[in-house]
Amino acid sequence: MTLATRIIPCLDVSNGRVVKGINFVNLKDAGDPVEMAAIYAAEGADEITFLDISASVEGRSTTLEIVRRTAEQIFIPLTVGGGITSVADVDNLLRAGADKISINTAAIRNPQLISEIVERFGTQVLVLSVDARRARTKSGFEVTTHGGRDSAGLDAFEWIEMASARGVGEILLNSMDRDGTRSGYDLEMIRSVRKICSVPLIASGGAGDLGDFQGALAEGADALLAASVFHFGIYRIGDVKRALSKAGYVVREPFSISEN
Amino acid sequence: MIAILDYGSGNIRSAQRAIERLGVSTEVTSEYEVALNAAGLLVPGVGAFGSCIRQLLQINGDLILKERLKLNRPTLGVCVGMQILFESSAESDEAGLALVAGKVKKLSAKILPHIGWNEVHVEKEMNLMRGLNNQRFYFVHSYAATTAPDEFLQAKSNYGEEFVAAIQSGSLSAVQFHPEKSGDAGMQLLKNWVSAL
Repeated sequence: MTLATRIIPCLDVSNGRVVKGINFVNLKDAGDPVEMAAIYAAEGADEITFLDISASVEGRSTTLEIVRRTAEQIFIPLTVGGGITSVADVDNLLRAGADKISINTAAIRNPQLISEIVERFGTQVLVLSVDARRARTKSGFEVTTHGGRDSAGLDAFEWIEMASARGVGEILLNSMDRDGTRSGYDLEMIRSVRKICSVPLIASGGAGDLGDFQGALAEGADALLAASVFHFGIYRIGDVKRALSKAGYVVREPFSISEN
Repeated sequence: MIAILDYGSGNIRSAQRAIERLGVSTEVTSEYEVALNAAGLLVPGVGAFGSCIRQLLQINGDLILKERLKLNRPTLGVCVGMQILFESSAESDEAGLALVAGKVKKLSAKILPHIGWNEVHVEKEMNLMRGLNNQRFYFVHSYAATTAPDEFLQAKSNYGEEFVAAIQSGSLSAVQFHPEKSGDAGMQLLKNWVSAL
């Protein structure tokens, strides 16, 4: 297998700024999204994810503009999620320059939306974002919506199986218990979800030290998403890649265009 | 001028921006004459093989590609824009353009789609991949050709099994990955293609 592990910085965008908190509260300003995306791309990020957490219509249109400006200058895949409720929203984001879109709440409210998006744009465009936390459900994990504030009343694994049957390109598995805590990915959750999904699995929520990244890979994650550790300068993309490479995982090395 | 064929498939703006970054003018078009006469034609493709073919036929894209090939005018297919050049795909009942002999099949890997940065190995030196042997490019697909005819220079990649990542013969080139999303390596490939026009 020669496919490289993807390192994906995630930028939570609210009204035009990148913000980051712990368990989605106490949000701190972390910078300008377009600038940060460009810096991460230059540092070797394999993909960029924007999650729009704006609550207002103005915030959403600001995000669309940010997607447009980012896509003008970075030439790696760009995934955008947050607040997408219709095929028209997907279309607008793709036209603005997104390569993939991720959905969560809207798919739970209306699973048919998954089928509609896939039929129109193909499975490869759709990332199912699952914000899961430990709970007394069948699998021990439940799905939440609205940034972890509300329980969706769904068992996380049943939901993943149900949504996958409609065709999703990837699963972004975010531990709401670990989000922003830097206490490590929820390895048990990754291990269990890997067994029930046959699409690429992106681990998210809790990355704090270099060992956490390889831990998630050992449980079967295909890609690693992180926010706080990158935004607050604890690690740079290159630090994570060097540590993974040393541990025997395949990563993408930088490449430079020739002058002639 | 490089024309980017607009037949309703894919994020054509990224391909356009990537080529413009090289300082070359572009035009997104579905006009027969414009696409036929451009110095280079880039054929993107995202989504399902069947819907790509259907939409392509609607703008006479099949005739454009065949005529360009006859006139020896450079054409570059990208992702599903590569797959449609073959005779058929396991993804769909629609026939391909059969400009390249062979079939597109579903990859046999356990985890699909094949998403991410994979290594591409050049088998016989080709202009398109100059300076890029063993570099990584961004792939997102579940189907691919596993063989191409001998008259094509080829580059291969491996995901569960070996498959064709790039082909070039005369004026016709195609890549299974997305150069417009493959950072500087992708930019180098586009530069190689554009500088030979």
